[in-house]
Amino acid sequence: MAHARAVLTSRGAGLAALGLLPIGFLVVFFAWPVLAIVGRGFTAGGVGTVLGDPQTWRLAWFTVLTAAVSTAVALVAGLPVAFLLARVKLPGVALARTLVLVPFVLPTVVVGLAFRALWPDGGVLPLVLANAFFNVAVVARTVGGLWARLDGRAVDAARALGASPWRAFRSVTLPALAPALASAAAVVFLFCATSFGVVLILGGARYRTLETEIYLRTVNLLDLSGAAALSLIQFAAVIAALVVGALARRRREGAAVVRSDVDNARRPREGEWWVVGTALAVLGALLVPIVALLAESVSTSDGWSFAGYRALSGNGEKGALQVSGWDAATNSLKVAIDATLLAMIVGVLASVVLVALRRSPGRVARGLGETMDAALMLPLGVSAVTVGFGYLVTLDALPGDLRTSPYLVPLAQALVIIPLIVRMVLPVLRSVDVRLRQAASTLGASPLRVWREIDLPLTVRSVVAAAGFGFVVALGEFGATSFLARPSAPTLPVAVATLLGRPGELNNQMAYAACALLMAVTVLAVALIDRLGSVGEF
Amino acid sequence: MKRRAASVAVALATVSAVASACSLSGDSAETKQTPTVTLVTHDSFLAPQDVLDAFEKQSGIKISVLKQGDAGALTNKLVLTKANPIGDVAYGVDSTFASRALSEGVFEPYTSPEADRGPQLYAIDQEHRLSAVDLGDVCVNVDTGYFTTKGIPAPTSYADLVDPKYKDLLVAEDPATASPGLAFLLGTIAKFGEAGWKDYWTQLKANGLKVDSGWEEAYTKDFSGSSGKGPRPIVVSYASSPAAEVGDDGKPRTKALLDTCYRQVEYAGVLAGGKQVENARKVVDFLLSQQFQVTVATNMYVYPTRQGVDLPGGWAQVAPLPQKPQTLPADQVQAGREKWIGEWRTLVQS
Repeated sequence: MAHARAVLTSRGAGLAALGLLPIGFLVVFFAWPVLAIVGRGFTAGGVGTVLGDPQTWRLAWFTVLTAAVSTAVALVAGLPVAFLLARVKLPGVALARTLVLVPFVLPTVVVGLAFRALWPDGGVLPLVLANAFFNVAVVARTVGGLWARLDGRAVDAARALGASPWRAFRSVTLPALAPALASAAAVVFLFCATSFGVVLILGGARYRTLETEIYLRTVNLLDLSGAAALSLIQFAAVIAALVVGALARRRREGAAVVRSDVDNARRPREGEWWVVGTALAVLGALLVPIVALLAESVSTSDGWSFAGYRALSGNGEKGALQVSGWDAATNSLKVAIDATLLAMIVGVLASVVLVALRRSPGRVARGLGETMDAALMLPLGVSAVTVGFGYLVTLDALPGDLRTSPYLVPLAQALVIIPLIVRMVLPVLRSVDVRLRQAASTLGASPLRVWREIDLPLTVRSVVAAAGFGFVVALGEFGATSFLARPSAPTLPVAVATLLGRPGELNNQMAYAACALLMAVTVLAVALIDRLGSVGEF
Repeated sequence: MKRRAASVAVALATVSAVASACSLSGDSAETKQTPTVTLVTHDSFLAPQDVLDAFEKQSGIKISVLKQGDAGALTNKLVLTKANPIGDVAYGVDSTFASRALSEGVFEPYTSPEADRGPQLYAIDQEHRLSAVDLGDVCVNVDTGYFTTKGIPAPTSYADLVDPKYKDLLVAEDPATASPGLAFLLGTIAKFGEAGWKDYWTQLKANGLKVDSGWEEAYTKDFSGSSGKGPRPIVVSYASSPAAEVGDDGKPRTKALLDTCYRQVEYAGVLAGGKQVENARKVVDFLLSQQFQVTVATNMYVYPTRQGVDLPGGWAQVAPLPQKPQTLPADQVQAGREKWIGEWRTLVQS
């Protein structure tokens, strides 16, 4: 302790104060509930039996393998799209930037059903593709965010020295993008490893993962010890993935040089058209399930009809919803705004602290930074049902009994968004040229002024992009929202699930129409946020 | 240093402001006079707002609805929180999960004066901790148009489903993940006994049974009689489902096979340890009352337990209440449920 105190100078004390908020949030709304529910499983006994069962390890292996393959597919598909969004000046790129986010908000049940229409028997291939479908946006946006800021002159120099475009990409661009790539890969892997809805629908009764098994054991069987054993394996896999990601990031530390004063986008040249073509093909593939669900929203047993859309102004067939589709849309927006604001405060604060810790000379501080960095990612890799049931057994100890409070909806959503915001803001923040900051300091700027004059202008676009992304994730969040949102105030994904759970053609159509509304809301919100980003930056 | 401390304070203040702002501002005006009873229920719960409003006017009690997943998830959450319940009344624990809730002491005794108008026929324990609110029987449904077109008679019984004439036509749900799937499995156990059900399922599997994880995929994607126009004309769904598939000509597109039904009773009860026992009892009375019972068929596609409550027009022909459904005693279900699901998984999914 004395040693640590010596390392934490007055500057460190300030940082610690800043860091308290994100850490406190994580402890109360994540670590405590998760440990409490897993702890109950342990006290019940029987954890060892499940861990010793070879069936358990087959599940674990299948989960890790499919998540890894899905991540690889998302990376390969997302990279050309990232290039398109970051470096290409063509009509329609702004539209593509918005569209690529749409899959992310779609309720998993709808995407699962759309893939089922293409692969009626489900299976591993549609499972992998559906997981990748959701996550192309993570890669495109995370990598694209950094790519847009990369100084193009290094590539120009390489090309002038005779490197082929591929060689220049491999030796200059790719290493510079490595931090963002590693971030994106880690996030996508965690999303895929904890994917639930699509696995249930496309895996049918045959394929199960750690996540679906934890869900079954917790929710349906109340077998908390079995769930605890599987959660342990899930923790181990997640921590392994985080360590691999952190190692990859560390090796490339400081490789990228970021500038904000140049518009790096230009018309594609020569071979770049191939990349643009690939990106367009990926975008086309992303559109297939979207078009399919739009078709579903207007098709009835006797031809085409807009009845589902007209029904949105009402409460569904025989009042399937307590509120109209429009009210659900308004609720979605309100909750998502709350969640995003909260997550931005916590996430940006955490990023600032992390960067400062990384830059600090002390080894203890750096180690602390890396631990906190990994800890912030954990909420993505732990089953939502573990967290949700953990809330049930812990949060009544807080004043106001938050367990079933609607206040918990934005809080739970923020928990999922914070890691994403950190992953998007951190690489850009970290790649701000230290010499610029040193120069500012030398010229007499206070640390706060350095942030305001150097870091903020260089990173504002990424921060706004991260907010937009977080907002979209909040809009589409279903797992936590579904059991916290009151029927008098459902969000759109909850309304879609309610409608799909009832028989009747109009309910079915209205569910898909509500999906279309959700997409429209997303597109509008993202377009607005993206515009804010470019205005803020000049 | 001071400035940094100040900015931390500002940030903290903003967080707390945000956490209490925007989406929730509407709730702040909640009146202190009206006591609010929290009704914990399953995702399918639906009651017309005007009926809830009328109850509030009569009784001075406001009902706040809290949905907590399907019947199984609901029961388990109630068990997990029994030391400090998340509500005052629960509705939706069904006959499949009731034993667990009772043995864990989730509910406290209450005999509603409304119970002798029908609900007591489905009573489950001596202490009257649970009152039967509705019946949600699970039956095999068929697409009648399919069989008319093909010129073969539609199946009518469990035995028909393993007839090669109906090969590759049935889609059912996984009992581990979907409650109609579990009810159908329990129906076959009631029908063929603990010794015979596995043999029956072996035959179903050999006859091209398809199993989906959820009712949504099975009914809206694989079943040919719903809007999804899937490839399979036989599906495990509810006795009431045909009421939702009536065409513009007034004729149903589907039919429930009344000899393949399993009875599911859904119960309500006062949560032990709740803070408003008196008001909670009034809400149980309300759930059993004529004014609520008359809404359950239209809104939740289940049948009222109260006698003399009319079903919606057309239901008598299209979706009558099964007269001789299969049933299993709650204790037997409680004792065997997990074991059967495990055996079913090994048998059908391998």
